[in-house]
Amino acid sequence: MEKKKNIFAALFGEGVRNRTFSFIIVIAAYIILESMRRSGSLSSLFTGLLVPICCYVIAAIGLNLNVGISGELNLGQAGFMSIGAFTGISVSGCLASSLTNPTLRLIVSILVAMLVAVIFGLIIGVPVLKLQGDYLAIVTLAFGQIIMSLVTNMYLGFDENGFQFSFVENRTKLAKGGKMLLSGPMGANGTDRISTFTVGAVMIVLALLVVYNIMYSKSGRAIMAARDNRIAAESVGINIARTKMLAFVISAAMAGAAGALYGLNYKTLVPAKFDFNTSILILVFVVLGGLGNMTGTIIATVVLVLLPELLRPIADYRMLTYAIILILTMIITNNPVVRKFFGGLKLRRDTAGREA
Amino acid sequence: MKKTKSITRFFAIVMSACMMMGMAACSSSDSSSGTGSNTSETKAEVVQGEKEDGTADKDTSSDSAALTIKIGGSGPLTGGAAVYGNAVKDAAQIAVDEINDKGGVQFDLKFEDDAHDPEKAVTAYGSLKDWGMQVSLATVTSAPGAAVSANYQEDKIFAITPSGSSLAVIYEDPTNESDPYGNVFQMCFTDPNQGVASADYLAEHTDLGTKIAIIYKNDDNYSTGVYEKFKDEAAEKSLEVVYEGTFDASNQSDFSVQLGKAQAAGADLLFLPIYYEPASMILTQANQMGYAPTVFGIDGMDGILTLEGFDTSLAEGVYLLTPFSADAEDELTKSFVESYKAKTGDIPNQFAADAYDCVYALAQAIEAAGITSDMSEADICEALVKQFTSMTFNGLTGTDVTWNENGEVSKSPKAVIIQNGEYVGVEE
Repeated sequence: MEKKKNIFAALFGEGVRNRTFSFIIVIAAYIILESMRRSGSLSSLFTGLLVPICCYVIAAIGLNLNVGISGELNLGQAGFMSIGAFTGISVSGCLASSLTNPTLRLIVSILVAMLVAVIFGLIIGVPVLKLQGDYLAIVTLAFGQIIMSLVTNMYLGFDENGFQFSFVENRTKLAKGGKMLLSGPMGANGTDRISTFTVGAVMIVLALLVVYNIMYSKSGRAIMAARDNRIAAESVGINIARTKMLAFVISAAMAGAAGALYGLNYKTLVPAKFDFNTSILILVFVVLGGLGNMTGTIIATVVLVLLPELLRPIADYRMLTYAIILILTMIITNNPVVRKFFGGLKLRRDTAGREA
Repeated sequence: MKKTKSITRFFAIVMSACMMMGMAACSSSDSSSGTGSNTSETKAEVVQGEKEDGTADKDTSSDSAALTIKIGGSGPLTGGAAVYGNAVKDAAQIAVDEINDKGGVQFDLKFEDDAHDPEKAVTAYGSLKDWGMQVSLATVTSAPGAAVSANYQEDKIFAITPSGSSLAVIYEDPTNESDPYGNVFQMCFTDPNQGVASADYLAEHTDLGTKIAIIYKNDDNYSTGVYEKFKDEAAEKSLEVVYEGTFDASNQSDFSVQLGKAQAAGADLLFLPIYYEPASMILTQANQMGYAPTVFGIDGMDGILTLEGFDTSLAEGVYLLTPFSADAEDELTKSFVESYKAKTGDIPNQFAADAYDCVYALAQAIEAAGITSDMSEADICEALVKQFTSMTFNGLTGTDVTWNENGEVSKSPKAVIIQNGEYVGVEE
């Protein structure tokens, strides 16, 4: 038993059980759903939901690192998703003729999207994270809106002579066979749908690996120390701005990757998709799943994305029921009796684990 | 620890605010559909019952079941654009009921909510496909339509959209207007067509005004789509555009700057390729400034007379190019307006009219091609494409309507002027 633990610990670091549980959930869900999809027994509705669920899960895991572990409120996760999505679509559009393998093209697009999201994360994070207080929330809130407005006014075309760019008004004149990558409020059209569930599932596993490795490493402890008591953390020599920066930028990178995967899953994407509501939606996933609890975040995301679809049969009362379920979940999970019940379960499980 | 607590409290506030907004949207859409939603509900239940029977009977294939063709469709039934989705849903249901009452081809309509979101439109498509949709009304709005057209092509299901006017709905490569999906058709004009038609009309009727000012919404694809083609066509017809102003969703209540500049530029004709809510603001504010150019709008202007709290006398003399006006005197329009009013309590807009036409066009094509519900979707699709590209259709939104093989509609827009608070056709 002891030895087995060590192998896991060597592979994944500390906090083994917690994280193996989330990996097992993700991988098991992937195997079951993928085999169902291949055999054709998965309904069209769920097949269409697989990739967007992966995207939301990745963005929510990133946000949980930022909000739950680092304790900084980020209200602009959709802004980073937007950057990632439109970068990813543009890269994929440019490479369409030169890189014909769709999976390879998807991976390259996602990597570039992550890079661009990281650059924007750095630009915002460097000045803001040096401040104390809720400034990151304010700035990211504005950032999401700014990105939406910018993309809404951006025209980017691509033909054999190179790129053409114009702002506010479409002045691009493309040669025959050229392609508009971004066309203002219409966003991206005619995207090659190259996102796959497999890539999405692999990305979730990677995201979990990264987050858990940070959480249970020296940097992770520094991040949590900075969250819990800034003064104490500073007094032991932790660079607060740098540790918070790490969490923020990784969160942005994950949102960028999620955005690219999302954008490349649809024929069309409008900039207005990534508005304030989307940021809040991802926050809701994180909060309902539990701050700092990655498994909970994954489950909450899946449930909350599926719920409106599962409620389709009741038509007119769908969104009403959805809201009521959401409110009830929050009230019930905060109820002391329920909490005590779950707390008792957890305690029993912990002692049972220790005895075994 | 203290920090986490304050964050939790913040979330509680934000989330409850969001929920309240969500609820408000819900209730407003409910009240807009009014008593109609109740009747549609009971109908939906009945349909559900029939469906279950139908699937049970499928093997024995009773006669009535064999003739019932399943029409799917999605549109925003909740959220900001819910007015359009509900209009289409109600009008399509009216048409389906009328056709079913007549005997012959029988339809079963299922209309899903897509909240004007491409992502939701794709899941709505999945849900319709699981239900067994055989033909479709595609989507009500453009962006969701552009997202699902490729699915319709892949699964070979025939679709005709009542109001998804963007080129991206019917072309896989909208930049070059090439690679049409081939089985996705439009009942409405494409955005560029409206721009071109408006410019042509103004070039022929110079008495309306020669110095043109344009105010459009630059974060809206409908408005920018029309604007861009109007501008190109205006340049070709050497119309004089003296001012171009823009606004977006965040500042659509004050137009004094744009109107002031248009007035200063000496514009005597104001072209407004926008929806009627901001247009009503523009009319009100122009009146307050004492600026009285000829106002020329397109189909989005339709509905301005029924806008609550708007002084309709300000809309006197406004021209609009629209395929449908609810005050037209022909029998078809009259009976449609009557049954729509009875169902929903509202006057139908052009979305409703387009949806009504879509269902009738489908019925006409299905009857002519002799399609039965036991045919596969692909066979139905092939037969319908053949019918639609060769047939001529007369409906609410136009006579002698035809379609080309790309799915674009060809019908002549009607110029309408508002006189004494009514839409009156302009005599040519």
